[in-house]
Amino acid sequence: MAETILWVLRGSDRESARWIEYRVETEEGMVVLDALHWIQANLAPDLAVRWNCKAAKCGSCSAEVNGRPRLLCKTRLSDFPEGEAITVEPMRAFPLVRDLVTDVSWNYQVNARIAPFAPPADAPEEAWRWQQEDIERIQEFRRCIECFLCQDVCHVLRNHETENEFAGPRYLVRVAGLEMHPMDQGDRLAYLRTDAGAGYCNITKCCTEVCPEHIRITDNAIIPLKERIADRYYDPIRIAWRKLRGGSEPGEPPAPAS
Amino acid sequence: MAEVEPRSHDVLIIGAGGAGLRAAIAASEAGASVGLVCKSLLGKAHTVMAEGGIAAALAHVAERDSWQVHFRDTMVGGKLLNDPRMAEIHAREAPQRVRELERWGAVFDRTRDGRILQRPFGGHTHPRLAHVGDRTGLEMIRTLQDRAVATGIAVYQECTITHLTTTDGRVSGAIGYWRADGRPAAFQAKAVVLATGGIGRIYEVTSNSWEYSGDGHALAYLAGAELIDMEFVQFHPTGMVWPPGVRGLLVTEAVRGEGGILRNRLGERFMWKYLPDARRHEYAETDDEAMRWVEALTEGRQTDARQPPELSTRDNVSRAIYTEVKEGRGSPHGGVFLDISYLPPDRVRRKLPSMYDQFTELADVDITRVPMEVGPTQHYMMGGVRVQAETGATTRPGLYAAGEVAGGMHGANRLGGNSLSDLLVFGQRAGVAAARAAGALRAMPALSASQVDDALAELEEPLVRGAGDDPYRIHQELKATMQSLVGIYRTENDLDAALASIAELRRRSEGVRVDGPRAFNPGWDLVFELRNMLIVAEAVTLSARMRTESRGAHSRLDHVLSDPAWEHLNVVICPDGLAMRVEGTPAVALTDDQRTLVNKG
Repeated sequence: MAETILWVLRGSDRESARWIEYRVETEEGMVVLDALHWIQANLAPDLAVRWNCKAAKCGSCSAEVNGRPRLLCKTRLSDFPEGEAITVEPMRAFPLVRDLVTDVSWNYQVNARIAPFAPPADAPEEAWRWQQEDIERIQEFRRCIECFLCQDVCHVLRNHETENEFAGPRYLVRVAGLEMHPMDQGDRLAYLRTDAGAGYCNITKCCTEVCPEHIRITDNAIIPLKERIADRYYDPIRIAWRKLRGGSEPGEPPAPAS
Repeated sequence: MAEVEPRSHDVLIIGAGGAGLRAAIAASEAGASVGLVCKSLLGKAHTVMAEGGIAAALAHVAERDSWQVHFRDTMVGGKLLNDPRMAEIHAREAPQRVRELERWGAVFDRTRDGRILQRPFGGHTHPRLAHVGDRTGLEMIRTLQDRAVATGIAVYQECTITHLTTTDGRVSGAIGYWRADGRPAAFQAKAVVLATGGIGRIYEVTSNSWEYSGDGHALAYLAGAELIDMEFVQFHPTGMVWPPGVRGLLVTEAVRGEGGILRNRLGERFMWKYLPDARRHEYAETDDEAMRWVEALTEGRQTDARQPPELSTRDNVSRAIYTEVKEGRGSPHGGVFLDISYLPPDRVRRKLPSMYDQFTELADVDITRVPMEVGPTQHYMMGGVRVQAETGATTRPGLYAAGEVAGGMHGANRLGGNSLSDLLVFGQRAGVAAARAAGALRAMPALSASQVDDALAELEEPLVRGAGDDPYRIHQELKATMQSLVGIYRTENDLDAALASIAELRRRSEGVRVDGPRAFNPGWDLVFELRNMLIVAEAVTLSARMRTESRGAHSRLDHVLSDPAWEHLNVVICPDGLAMRVEGTPAVALTDDQRTLVNKG
């Protein structure tokens, strides 16, 4: 039976966490999560790792393998050169809980601030008919499994203390799915520009590269949202219109005089 | 009770998959204050793994479909052991539950005239499954999650419940711990809904996720509630068989729904041989007719061609594959071949995107070019907590159950697609009923200090015990026992051996020891999951031993035929002091109208 060396960063806080070496008996087709389960069953029963489905559908087992954000259940040991050690460490953008588990609750707080789906209450049945081509764009966004790897890799969140200013790629994708839904009547552009901080994204596409669902986050979600913001807030004709009409948008009633 | 301050809600829901979330929304809309506890992060429940679709007689693809036909298919698939009231409520209400999901933001695949598309599945007379490619469960859970959060319920993530409390004979709350730091957690409630899903982790080869350790089954049992139909464990015919690390991972039935053909090592399309005579007329007679059916499906038009033999019910296809392998006609890695590569690659990638990814990324197999290798994998628990059809009320006051943890709806075998619809229909009903029960109760029941103290002491024990057995080892042995002795085919000798083994493992489990801290300690998690799994394993084995016949998913090599004496009997499990009692109970009889519907086929 073959052997693979895994270095796992273990501990309950970043300062005192230590790299521990494990020699794992491996068989064909094993993924990193299998190796960690083998460690739990044979060497370290308290090794903390979050996982559920082991099928790349739930997005629980996110971590960094050889420094790259990955799903542990989808990363095969055979992807790495034979005989070389593999490092596994927790996502760096979130507070550490223990070993490979991080506190991702911030993401849920961001999510709760997004205005929910808002269809017209009285739309007739016929209005709920759409062609497949019309919804393929938002179906792409709805593939998201909330693994938060895009949030982890995003340098705006990873390297700067911007968690109160920038919602991150995951939530720009969610907003795009709502804004582009054929029946949605919500308006999240003001939120995107201010609270969500869409302007922080400078389109380095790191999020798209790590997405295990291959969602083209930057091209298909973030850039179109940025264009909508630019159209509304930075289009010179619109700015002139707003000045004339006292702050309202074209097609909206003028703002009441103060 | 000095250590822990309980949180109070009218309705406490344990489990945040499809059933728990739907119950939470319903209870909240009914005016109850709702607490939703889940042992994982929100949105990660096993429901995300559901692939094929939600069965509902919307009649968008086949105009002839109706709730009556859906009811009949469900009863026939369940070998008439289903609670017919549940099957009828389910078939009647599933369409409105699906439309409601769309109104809440779910984006289903479309028909040519722009409505929700429905795909064919095994045992369903008509194309009936509303779906989103092969990731329907994700669409459903995300839609429900967003809706639930918007209703303002309290969500308690990564909180494991290990005990239910009772006050004056009524279930009144729950005790457990916060996984992040291991602190004790306590809840008091006027009504508690179990929505904890299934039991797959008692088997070695399973498609189920980490959460599926039978927690709700065991919590209900320990609170004195009855379990029903526990002998009926569904083995899905098509799980991955190679490489070893992914053995058991689900290959959706949608592959066969889209035209996938099963062949053995000799290239034979073996399912022709295994169609039961009574249902043979529902399937194509020749390869040619089956191909015409696939072509019509691909082109989105109606056809008179009948469905391919691969769409027989799951129990039947699983036995067929098992038999082909056992008789030496299996594939190199001990499965059979499932081939969809004769269809245009674009169509395969569009209709089965996650299957395409799963095989390229985990097995180096391009399913648009070569066949997959597949074999049976434990997939679903038909049995569960015995509930009242209309409300999900268990046999204990104050306790409700919905979804996979509840029994009765699917009888001896579940049809694909009927699980997601079950979660929606009975989740909604349990939520409403629990809110109503809570509203009728004037005061919040007080938690008993001694019950809380006992539970907390039990939580502490494995961490402070000086020496003891390793929970991982006991779990390995339990899985091996269930896999080899209580699998697809069963005999009395094997079941007796399994009972002896389970008793020994239980004895050892009572003295397990765990290393490490309380915070996010998987060994500590396993101690209580193991307690639950041992209860479930014993219930499955005792029930299987009692049913001396073969029916649906329960196949006895020493009783190969269905026995008319068992046709109207369910097996019920309940605690009797420290022992587990098993007994037959008369099945709920069909009404005359229901019988007429069933006999129409």
